[in-house]
Amino acid sequence: MTRLNLHKLTKRYRGKTEPALDDLSLEVESGSLTALLGPSGCGKTTTMKLIAGLLEPTLGDILFDGRSILGVAPERRGAVMVFQNYLLFPYMTVAENVGFGLKMRRVDRATIDRRVAEMLELVRLPGLEDRRPKELSGGQQQRVALARALIVLPKLLLLDEPLSNLDAHLRFEMRDLIRDIQRQMGITTVFVTHDQEEAVVLADKVALIFDGRLQQYDAPTAFYETPVTRRIAAFFGGVNFFQGRRNRKQFDCAIGTFSAPRSAIADQPGILSIRPEDVRLAEAGAANSVAGRIHSHVYVGTHTRLRVSVSGGHEVCVVTDAEVMKTHKPGDPVTLRFPEEKLWVLPPDALVEPTAAHREDTRFGVTKTKGCR
Amino acid sequence: MTASNQSSRAAPAGGTRDGRRDVIVRWAVISLLLTWLALPIVPLLIWSFSFRWFFPDVLPADYSLRAWQYVFSPTSGVLQSLRDTLLISGGATLLSVIIGVPAGRALGQYVFRGKSIVELLILAPIIVPGIAVALGIHVLFIRYGLANTLFGVMLVHLIPTLPYMVLVMSGVFANYDTSYEAQARTLGAGPIRAFWYVTLPAILPGIVVGGLFAFLVSWAQYILTLLIGGGRVVTLPLLLFNFATAGRNDITGAISMLYIIPGVVILLLSARYLTGNASAVGGLGRL
Ligand SMILES: Nc1ncnc2c1ncn2[C@@H]1O[C@H](COP(=O)(O)OP(=O)(O)OP(=O)(O)O)[C@@H](O)[C@H]1O
Ligand SMILES: [Mg+2]
Repeated sequence: MTRLNLHKLTKRYRGKTEPALDDLSLEVESGSLTALLGPSGCGKTTTMKLIAGLLEPTLGDILFDGRSILGVAPERRGAVMVFQNYLLFPYMTVAENVGFGLKMRRVDRATIDRRVAEMLELVRLPGLEDRRPKELSGGQQQRVALARALIVLPKLLLLDEPLSNLDAHLRFEMRDLIRDIQRQMGITTVFVTHDQEEAVVLADKVALIFDGRLQQYDAPTAFYETPVTRRIAAFFGGVNFFQGRRNRKQFDCAIGTFSAPRSAIADQPGILSIRPEDVRLAEAGAANSVAGRIHSHVYVGTHTRLRVSVSGGHEVCVVTDAEVMKTHKPGDPVTLRFPEEKLWVLPPDALVEPTAAHREDTRFGVTKTKGCR
Repeated sequence: MTASNQSSRAAPAGGTRDGRRDVIVRWAVISLLLTWLALPIVPLLIWSFSFRWFFPDVLPADYSLRAWQYVFSPTSGVLQSLRDTLLISGGATLLSVIIGVPAGRALGQYVFRGKSIVELLILAPIIVPGIAVALGIHVLFIRYGLANTLFGVMLVHLIPTLPYMVLVMSGVFANYDTSYEAQARTLGAGPIRAFWYVTLPAILPGIVVGGLFAFLVSWAQYILTLLIGGGRVVTLPLLLFNFATAGRNDITGAISMLYIIPGVVILLLSARYLTGNASAVGGLGRL
């Protein structure tokens, strides 16, 4: 059980102008499971390597239980990293791979053999001791790598994209396995993913990183309910964004006027957002509603996705019951109700980060949305 | 494959004929290779057992074991020369490995300023005649008491052996993923044990191949040995040259037999090692 602190961590690779990691601070509670989430190249692996001691930070500090471990060699840190491609030692058997950490700690043979068997049991691979790594499937290799890390009872378990190389079915199985084992052993765990769903399902807390900078560090629900910026909301599947401004108790925006949520600052421009699954179909004339016409619908089995054209050439994306398919057709008029408690106002993009990727047209009302997926 | 077999299955027949042609070609190549390599050895072998052999006779008029007796007599110095040659080549190989592995790693894995210059310098001894380098080194060796010594000769043999070792190892390391070492480190292995348990098994084939090359290159050195050894260090090539120029073809032949042993052994070993086959002959068959 170890508490991890990253303090103003910055990593600049040699010969690069942009730092791979920029002033990142966060605290991982003892025994918790934290996800580092972000798109490819945002610095997730870099962060893990810094924690494991495989890289030196340019600036900042890393603390285990409040003590800096910067001068400590990787083999003494007790932070075990499981790499994305497993890296099982090809010249060793499964048993030798799993027992490697104990061998390095000069544990006697008999104990190693017993612990290896226990660990293989734990990852549900009993009896595979004498196999070679290349004789294992991807999922099995992943489990062996996990067993090899767990056997040393690490202070900190670092999993770099543990699920990304597995097919969908195995991914769910491994996800549960990791969660179960982590709970059972209580090992402080940091895992990397670029999949927001995975992060939300597995983690106690999620650290969202864009371009080497920490965007939001919160419980998973917060990224849906109270995202800090539009970009974060969009990363978590938000698509309904409407530029507007609070006017007393009202929020005026391009598609209509709604009762202002508390997150809207008086007389300030902002982006009104509502998650597609929070939009309700309602009777015409309902409060806090907007009239529109169904543009298209997609049946996704458990639900239906609607694209609804509203005034001013805008579109609202709605995720609703699968049944709606049967009663509504493209071209039908509908009324969409935005429940007040589900409205969330984000700061205008220009105030947050005018990055190249998001330099879209942000004049009043013409914010382009990604559209319904 | 019999004719009836061929006609009964029309489609694979072409494949079978091709397969047979392959076998023929392969055996032709192997026999040619073996002839090319072995033929020059035959007269030497006969010479080593000859007593009198006059032109234009196909075979000697008389046979004897006197050349072999000479070679194995303790007073002739041939055996001592064999021992010295083994020591020098073995030592030069060991040093090449010790220096060549880290050097090859640096070249194969890291990009650094001046890398191409370093590469050129390492390759230089292959391009520039070793004797030119050795002449310069000779002066230094005399000053440090290394001239005319076994150790001095061993050191100077590094000039031609090291480039091979470094070249082979830089190729090996260019394809080696150091993440394995990083993985071992986070599991609790210090740098030395991470290398020993994880990297070494992966690069061992490279070390063996590079080492065999280095050994053979050192084994064949003549000029460098003569220059730095100053005639005091007499390796087999020097001895061979002496007897050959003295016209003692019988002794030259016998020493030659000793001299080619490492080459043959290494050829068989490496054939086996490189192809990963259980038997050395099987390895050759795959050529
Ligand atoms: N050894 C290195 N030298 C120079 N730049 C590097 C090095 N390793 C990573 N980078 C750069 O640092 C940035 C962050 O890389 P990192 O590997 O941490 O990303 P990541 O979030 O793990 O991405 P992915 O999801 O693709 O694995 C990238 O822009 C990458 O190009
Ligand atoms: Mg990565």
